[in-house]
Amino acid sequence: MKIPMTEYLRIDLETEKWECRVCDHVIAPAEGNYKEGLLVHNRNPQEIHPPVIDPKMYRYTFAPDPDWVRILEFCCPKCGTQVETEYAIPGHPPLWDMQVDVPALKAQWAARGPEMLPDAGPVVAPGRAHSH
Amino acid sequence: MKDLNTTGPAPSAEDMKLIKQFLEDTTLFLGPDPEIMQNHDLMERSPDEELAIGQNFDHHMIARIRDRLQSGCDEGYEMVEQMGAAPGAKWGDVITGIYTASGDLALASAGGVLLFSSVVHHPIKFIVKNWMNEPTVGVRDGDGFIHNDSRYGNVHNTDQSMILPIFHEGRLVCWVASTVHEGENGAIEPGGMPSMAESPSDEGLKMSPFKVVENYQIKRDLLTFLQNSVREPKLQLEDMKVKLFACLRIKQRIEETLNTEGPEALVAMLRLTMEDVRTEVKRRLTEWPDMSVQTYIIQDSTLRENCVVKVNCKLTKKGDRLIFDFRGSSPEFTNRATNTILGGLKGMLSQLFLCYIWPDLPRGQAAMAPIEVITDPHSILNCSYDAPNSQSLMSIFTGFTAGQHAVAKFLYSCPEKYTKVHAPTFNMINTFIWGGVSQHGETLGNLCADLNGMGAGATSNRDGEHALAPIFATMADIGEQEVNEEDVPFLQLVSKKMTRDAIAPGKYRGGQGYTMMVATKDSEQWGFMTTAQGAKIPPIQGLFGGYACGTYPLSKVKDVDVYEILQSEPEKFRHSIEEIMNERPFEEASYTTHHMGMGFEISKRGELFMISQGAGAGYGDLLERDPVGVVKDIEEGLISAEVAARLYKVVFDPATLAIDFEATEAAREEERQARIARSMPYAEFVKDWTQPKPPSHLKYFGCWGDDIDTLYMGAPDVTRRADTPKPNYMPHPKDVRIAELEARLANAGIDGGELQ
Ligand SMILES: [Zn+2]
Repeated sequence: MKIPMTEYLRIDLETEKWECRVCDHVIAPAEGNYKEGLLVHNRNPQEIHPPVIDPKMYRYTFAPDPDWVRILEFCCPKCGTQVETEYAIPGHPPLWDMQVDVPALKAQWAARGPEMLPDAGPVVAPGRAHSH
Repeated sequence: MKDLNTTGPAPSAEDMKLIKQFLEDTTLFLGPDPEIMQNHDLMERSPDEELAIGQNFDHHMIARIRDRLQSGCDEGYEMVEQMGAAPGAKWGDVITGIYTASGDLALASAGGVLLFSSVVHHPIKFIVKNWMNEPTVGVRDGDGFIHNDSRYGNVHNTDQSMILPIFHEGRLVCWVASTVHEGENGAIEPGGMPSMAESPSDEGLKMSPFKVVENYQIKRDLLTFLQNSVREPKLQLEDMKVKLFACLRIKQRIEETLNTEGPEALVAMLRLTMEDVRTEVKRRLTEWPDMSVQTYIIQDSTLRENCVVKVNCKLTKKGDRLIFDFRGSSPEFTNRATNTILGGLKGMLSQLFLCYIWPDLPRGQAAMAPIEVITDPHSILNCSYDAPNSQSLMSIFTGFTAGQHAVAKFLYSCPEKYTKVHAPTFNMINTFIWGGVSQHGETLGNLCADLNGMGAGATSNRDGEHALAPIFATMADIGEQEVNEEDVPFLQLVSKKMTRDAIAPGKYRGGQGYTMMVATKDSEQWGFMTTAQGAKIPPIQGLFGGYACGTYPLSKVKDVDVYEILQSEPEKFRHSIEEIMNERPFEEASYTTHHMGMGFEISKRGELFMISQGAGAGYGDLLERDPVGVVKDIEEGLISAEVAARLYKVVFDPATLAIDFEATEAAREEERQARIARSMPYAEFVKDWTQPKPPSHLKYFGCWGDDIDTLYMGAPDVTRRADTPKPNYMPHPKDVRIAELEARLANAGIDGGELQ
């Protein structure tokens, strides 16, 4: 059984791995930090939150201060889907944000069965998904 | 030297009784009671409750009584909302509730600020413990108690409660209380939430719970004292009366129940409602995956200066236990007002569960009762008696957001959800607090209800709604600005117009915030303040690849009278901050930007103060956003075409906005490949990125990484042990500026010494 844990990540209970829900890429061991199997980009926050008022004229512009905060963008190495973002103080270790008790997850879903799986998730476009 | 504690026989039970009696008789001051203040779980079943529950009332009857009294609470709420004089009352920053005889909140009104009432159980328990058997006070039919000091259980001391005991045939059966965000409280700044407070003594009226009503009458001597302590004496009277009458109406509804069903049924209903909710919460928690989720939220100022203040959260669920571990969050500030008492944080987490996660549960104290919260002593989320906390909302709200962000990661895999998985809603009170003498000659101090216009976070199936509701009151209103303007000497020249490009992108984008421009018109004694964080670092996080909001500054235009310009050259006026600040249409004026912690500032006629409400966070990868939704956002002025095209990679005709879907999909695929190309494998990335200590260019407060035992205090080499309190003083921003200027003088070879 594969349990959707976030919009883009699932845990395969048999193989005990984090997987990408868009392209089926096997990312990392389920008991570990899924981020270790992703790619990271250190994004200047001003590229996402553009200055509304002119940064040449003003100190505060509606754009975050790139010396104070960065956006860590984590993407799937195979399909490039942006799996998670983390607004981080420069140099702060990225968080191990989901530390899953895998045996407990297995027991929980053994009792539930696959018909209880939540059905929400990403739109998987043809060509981006793993070909079967 | 002999250790008195370890030599000689242990004191007998008789001796211990004497010692206890001696200590009770010689207590010099009944301060906040840690036993009461640190506990948010339900009290033990009382003998009365055991007896009542033992009668095995029919569940349908219990439900019927609950519904009747729920309506009674809602009726009381409506009364306060309709009759209350405080702007907060008019716009729903109110709550009413029924508490058990021991003081637990069993039922609260459906509308309003649940946060208030989930802290009011503390002062009721204080009254039960200290005043009930105190011969000089006592608790009798017809009494009413007032309270506002957060250290005895409140969010901040701008909220005032009226608390009434309800008796049946001489026996205390329950309590009713009504709480309102009143505004004025006599603090060093008008409006009730001073950011300039450097100690609790700067925060104005500090009412420990005391009796202010006897025989259903407000005692005039005490009332006069309270009026004499605040800037709005009429407001103080009016709202004390309104809260009293609301409580009396709920009392009437309770008495109707007492007369038809008897006191046992009422007592059983109150207790069972709480116990059933507590049990149901435990059951629902077992449905979550066993897991720990970590997140942090940054406060980027103390409202006096910019700095980096960490709210650290590790949320662990195991079996039917849920534990919020906030250790590692910033130390408390000894002379800044952004600290909160622990009860305020817990109240807001209660709000998270009852408004955003399980809104179907009866509203009361029980939902939060089994959930555990861990904090460091004397930290920004669990501050000491001596720390100011009039701006506690900064820490309460960022703590809430940490919880909201973490909980979403638990909910995704749950088969049964009671709400949609939700990205964080905007969490700052971006509004104008105001005060002075009005055009009618009245002294006023309060705020615009625009704080209620926070942008909602996106959910798993749709965009966040704009300016929807404040996180602390999901059913509050943003008020009628025109009605407000009849009482105050300023206009909002631009009001409720969405701030373009202040966005939170995602597959589903966050709901956006709107612009507010105010200018004083009809008073020479009038001013504003703003009290929000997030002008340098966004105060929320995005979810599942979505982005947080941007940042929100304060802009001022001075040396201008825009009312003159509107008379003589109206074509010069602009309706957005973007245009006014970038085009500078008023030639002689000065244009400046600031962080959102503006201390109370007197304004001159026609000067502009401009801010924006904030956006809720986005959900999911923005490249999955429906191109039609992107173009709709352009058409609605939420985002400029250039920014939309650059971020969302939607290809459209700039003139007609007609979408080229095929080109869009190609551009998005190209961007996914570009992401892969520009990103680094995690292990390689952290080698460069991760540092052992906070950067020296930031004043950083809180833990760094996983070491939650060491709290940084403004510099990489200044720390305290998390479990060992230490003072944490900030220098006055003006002294900092003077020191900078003196250093420049010295560098220029000019002696700036004492004799010069
Ligand atoms: Zn993938």
